[in-house]
Amino acid sequence: MNTTANKALSLRTEGDTVIIVTRRFNASPEAVYRAHTDPAIVQRWMLGPDGWTMPVCISEPRVGGQIRYEWAHPSKPGFHLTGEYLELEPSRRIVHVERMFLPFQTPDNHCETTFERDGDGTVMTMRMTLPDAETRKQMLASGMEKGMETSYARLESQLA
Amino acid sequence: MELLDFSFAALADPTRRAILARLVLGEATVLELAKPFQMSQPAISRHLKVLETAGLIEQRVDGTRRPRRLAKPALDNIDQYLNTLRRALAANYDRLDQVLADMNQEANSIPTQENQGGPK
Repeated sequence: MNTTANKALSLRTEGDTVIIVTRRFNASPEAVYRAHTDPAIVQRWMLGPDGWTMPVCISEPRVGGQIRYEWAHPSKPGFHLTGEYLELEPSRRIVHVERMFLPFQTPDNHCETTFERDGDGTVMTMRMTLPDAETRKQMLASGMEKGMETSYARLESQLA
Repeated sequence: MELLDFSFAALADPTRRAILARLVLGEATVLELAKPFQMSQPAISRHLKVLETAGLIEQRVDGTRRPRRLAKPALDNIDQYLNTLRRALAANYDRLDQVLADMNQEANSIPTQENQGGPK
């Protein structure tokens, strides 16, 4: 078993907007694909830093199917992600789009994930394409303005 | 993830979100920020401190004035974003290694469970 190679996460960028992540797993492409699409399994590992849980995990692995992950923490405000599946080739490839709500909305992240057999394991490659920096800035600003509207609406209802 | 955690906490408060929304329009002093919120200057200063710690805003020195402005947003800074992403993914995939091992064991244990249906 080559544990060292497994743990080596490679993350590189291509231009300003593309991030390519590579990781090897000691499991078949079928299993790694299933772990990325079956909500009962996604819920067990896609948790980020320790202390977070995913009380809501919706994943409908079919073209046009919805994705919704909600994260919770005992002492920090939660956040969520929504997305849609665009293309699926079982055990081989997933194409989906996702965005986070922090609570302001982050720009759409376009992801292509491929699973390739490598001996008795699988090499996973995830290619993420983010919008350009200017679009990201504009979307962040518009998200802030929405936050302001909500705050003012809440203030008005409190004053009424 | 630390800075991002701070950002979540900072953004959870409606007053702080409104302060950020005001700063999107341009820099402002504590006094200018305090006015529309009908809050005391110390109360606004406490919110500004939280936003500053989270790396969302920064101070500029202009003579005796200390106007606040939006810091380069955390998610706009690609290096910071990549570091946060790398740490989150590394934690996820280490966990996934264990989940895949468990899945493998569960799959292998199905015939064993059937066997256990018999007399012990």
